[in-house]
Amino acid sequence: MEDICLQPAMVVDDVVKRFGRDEQVITAVDHVSFNVAQGEFVSVIGPSGCGKSTLFNIIGGLLGDYEGSVMIGDERISAPHPAVGMVFQEESTFPWRNVIDNVAFPLELQGVAKSERMDRAHHFIDMVGLASFEKSFPSQLSGGMRQRVSIARTLISQPKILLMDEPFAALDEQTRLLLGDKITQIQQALNQTTLLITHNLTEAVQLSDRIVVMTYRPGKVKRIVDIKLPRPRTSDVVGSDAFGHYVAEIWNDLREEASRGMADSESAAARRGAHG
Amino acid sequence: MAETLAKKSGPRSLFFRYGPEIAGLASLVVAALVFELLVRIGVINRFVIPPPSDVIMAFERVVVEEDILGRTGATVFEMIVAALAAVLVGVPIGAALHHSPLWRRALEDWVGAMAAAPIVLAFPLFLVLFGRSPKTIIVMAFFHGLAPIILKTIEGLSGTRKVLINVGRSLNMTSSQLFWKILFPSALPVIFTGIRLSWTFVLITVVGVEYLINLGGLGQLINELAERYDLPGTYAVIFFVILVSVFFFVLLERVELWLRPAR
Repeated sequence: MEDICLQPAMVVDDVVKRFGRDEQVITAVDHVSFNVAQGEFVSVIGPSGCGKSTLFNIIGGLLGDYEGSVMIGDERISAPHPAVGMVFQEESTFPWRNVIDNVAFPLELQGVAKSERMDRAHHFIDMVGLASFEKSFPSQLSGGMRQRVSIARTLISQPKILLMDEPFAALDEQTRLLLGDKITQIQQALNQTTLLITHNLTEAVQLSDRIVVMTYRPGKVKRIVDIKLPRPRTSDVVGSDAFGHYVAEIWNDLREEASRGMADSESAAARRGAHG
Repeated sequence: MAETLAKKSGPRSLFFRYGPEIAGLASLVVAALVFELLVRIGVINRFVIPPPSDVIMAFERVVVEEDILGRTGATVFEMIVAALAAVLVGVPIGAALHHSPLWRRALEDWVGAMAAAPIVLAFPLFLVLFGRSPKTIIVMAFFHGLAPIILKTIEGLSGTRKVLINVGRSLNMTSSQLFWKILFPSALPVIFTGIRLSWTFVLITVVGVEYLINLGGLGQLINELAERYDLPGTYAVIFFVILVSVFFFVLLERVELWLRPAR
């Protein structure tokens, strides 16, 4: 309800995405609607198979063919939009470029002069805490450091909305919590509107102002939860009672969906086994 | 401190630093000594494999009497022209086939067959087309070196990770930017594997055709010396062929390091 008084940076309205044809149609995203306010951190959480990644691709403009609308200002998203900066789940740094050249890449495409793009790249590399690794190549960095390079590369274009798809999925829990702190600092320093797609409950509660809980296939909005934990926020918050309360509350919503997803995968595996 | 430095630069640390090179050279010397011994005690006939000491003695003769440097130059020239032409033609063809799924499906198997074909045996046809000249050698080597580059270019471009392409798409890159800034650099390691294969084929073809048509550089000299039954000289020239091969592979490694510093 809060976002009524805040200017929405993005409006997701009645979005539906179906795959396949005729009798083989699968509805991945089913009438999904929510807003993201300016400067807000919203997470979309749901079990595997709830259409989170499909939603990520629609909002990022990589899947242009869908029903409903994703609006940024007056523009409907149907192709990649400069206002949306995407961070992908998979490792996406360019292995042939060093850190500074990776981060400066979007500015290189825009034809920004080398001295200016290096200055701006220094700034964002510093922001993600990799100042002493500017000349290193991705192969010399850890998984968490490479994801920070990807985040800096996305932030350098100063997108209106930072859209992230499980950027820490491949990392261990401790690194994930520490990177969560880094993301929170950056988000607060830049007042960056952020939409995080995740299946990780603690990550979602640690970082978000609101969490959109999705159902298992077809992916619908089950509930939107306001996270009223104090800001500025650090990973220390995971030890608080309120944090535990939110995690338990959202898990109550998710458990049934995750169980359906699990039962579905098991029966699919059994069918494959029977045919095999 | 000085003691530590002395320890670090001692023979033990030198061995660890240059260990593989020293071991490689040592195995070569041991192999030469074993052959020397086997030939001298008569286990191996010296008219099949000459003693390595005779081969070493023959170096001076092939350098002074057989114009080895001029002949190496001729072979290197033919190889450079054929090898560069194979890269300049093969990479664009590979990129074009990657871009067009129809043509790729239509032609990829034929290109694969061309890579496996013993093109050297088609030398009479090329002789008719281009005459008994270095042109024949260069064209044949070019055709033999072309297929691996085409195939590896297709493989490299197709193997670009989808997430990197999605990064490009999310940044609204044009298809030309996507190719030059993402697909091509991502495919370079595989393309270089193709170039390495190609240059091996090119060298084999250059020396082989020089030998077969008795024209030009080191291949012709091997032919002449073999016909004179000068086996130490023949082996000494084969050593020069190996030198040419090493030169090209070192050159390729330097180029690759320059293009891909993050290997």
